[in-house]
Amino acid sequence: MTMLALQNVSKSFGALKVTDAVSFEVPEGQALGIIGPNGAGKSTLFNLITGNLPADQGTVHFEGRDVTRVPAMQRCISGVGRSFQIPQPFTHLTVYENLLVAATHGRQHSESEVMRECAVILERTELIDRANQTSGSLSLLERKRLELARAMATHPKLLLLDEIAGGLTEGECQALVETIKAIHAEGVTIIWIEHVLHALTSVVDRLLVLDFGKVIGIGDPDAIMDSKEVKEIYLGIDV
Amino acid sequence: MIWVDTIVQGILLGGLYALFAAGLSLVFGIMRLVNLAHGDLIVMGAYLILVFVSFTGLSPFIAAAIAMPLMFALGYGLQKVMLNRVLGDDILPPLLVTFGLSVVLQNAMLEGFSADSQRLPTGALSTASVELGSINVGVLPLLTFGSAVLVIVVLNQIFYRTELGRAFRATSDDATTASLMGIKPANIFAMATGIALIIVTIAALYLGMRANFDPNIGPARLIYAFEAVIIGGLGSLWGTLLGGIIIGVAQTVGAAINPEWQILAGHVALLIVLLIRPRGLFPRAVD
Repeated sequence: MTMLALQNVSKSFGALKVTDAVSFEVPEGQALGIIGPNGAGKSTLFNLITGNLPADQGTVHFEGRDVTRVPAMQRCISGVGRSFQIPQPFTHLTVYENLLVAATHGRQHSESEVMRECAVILERTELIDRANQTSGSLSLLERKRLELARAMATHPKLLLLDEIAGGLTEGECQALVETIKAIHAEGVTIIWIEHVLHALTSVVDRLLVLDFGKVIGIGDPDAIMDSKEVKEIYLGIDV
Repeated sequence: MIWVDTIVQGILLGGLYALFAAGLSLVFGIMRLVNLAHGDLIVMGAYLILVFVSFTGLSPFIAAAIAMPLMFALGYGLQKVMLNRVLGDDILPPLLVTFGLSVVLQNAMLEGFSADSQRLPTGALSTASVELGSINVGVLPLLTFGSAVLVIVVLNQIFYRTELGRAFRATSDDATTASLMGIKPANIFAMATGIALIIVTIAALYLGMRANFDPNIGPARLIYAFEAVIIGGLGSLWGTLLGGIIIGVAQTVGAAINPEWQILAGHVALLIVLLIRPRGLFPRAVD
């Protein structure tokens, strides 16, 4: 089944076209990586998928349903989870409460039903020791982990990760990749924007390249990384 | 001994001001909305209780209990239908709308109830007193203060112990991210204003039993409420109680020195606190 399908989606900010007739599909259970230079419109694409921004043109289908006009909060409840490039935890809430809020509202369950599961997610994302600290006191790695944990707490069918490995040390990055691999292995569909390429390619099944809002290529990661176009535009190598 | 008495009276009066302020503090804390009609809503609550009392002969306490769900519904609807539309990055639209609401409420009450001052019947309660050591303390002021403490304890419990409270705090932190977690900020804001109007009803009950009220006294109640919130520090409910107490004590001490100084002394207390602690006594650590 197709989890997510974008058809001819466009978005402009004034005269600047940040998303230009983008079309692609993600089958259920697949992990898609998105790469592209800064300003290529990657995060905007996520905002269009989550519903934070309305699309000017085109349609977004989630699980076969047209969600182009569906508000962000409804998309979250139906299974679109997201982590932010710049972590945006609820800083006055504890780590555990951040998860509780996401789990209860994102899935429309009562707190008693999700408490156990939130603890499990904290364990898996190695935040269990920080559970009762306010999230404002966390380190960068911990905040990134919290982003992931909170997105997972909404029980997403589709998980959107926005540069979650950026700014981490090699070891931290490795540990995070292992966690993401485990989530993917459970059958969660993932779309992952990342500049840390080796982290990305070790997880994703397909790679999509974005430049000036357009899809330059999509396909097998190795083939994409080897293509002349990508090397030219994305890596800046003259070939 | 007269000074001890004065200060105790001031502290108890502070309970009333804290009740005025708690709803304002709640709404501001969650949605950064300054409700300029807050004082008029208190007066409206007092009239609502008065109507129930005069038509049914019930005690004001029972009448207030009946008024609470109505006021909650009013607050919920007001937020949902009107105030949510003007919330945004610009703070001016909500100020203008609630200012307009304040004018409308005052005039509607003037039309409906005339400018005569009214009072809720209290029976023996208004003169009842208990002896605490060497001073006599009125039962009504004690009840008022007790209610203020209870309101703040309950609000804190809601905030830190319940699902709704976590949703309040999450939305207050970042409404956009909250909506990505499946929270509906519009509904959360409506719940908050609904709860604020329940507190307004409690404040109205004690206002109406303690003193005369007429359609024009709302703005002055708003100012006392504001001062209590500012002195306590934005976002701290216990700070709001302390703010109310400081204004109450300043007013009674001022009045004891010279009856004309009562109101002025309260305002001066605010200025002094702001000189020493510009962000109030218990500001939230990060904002």
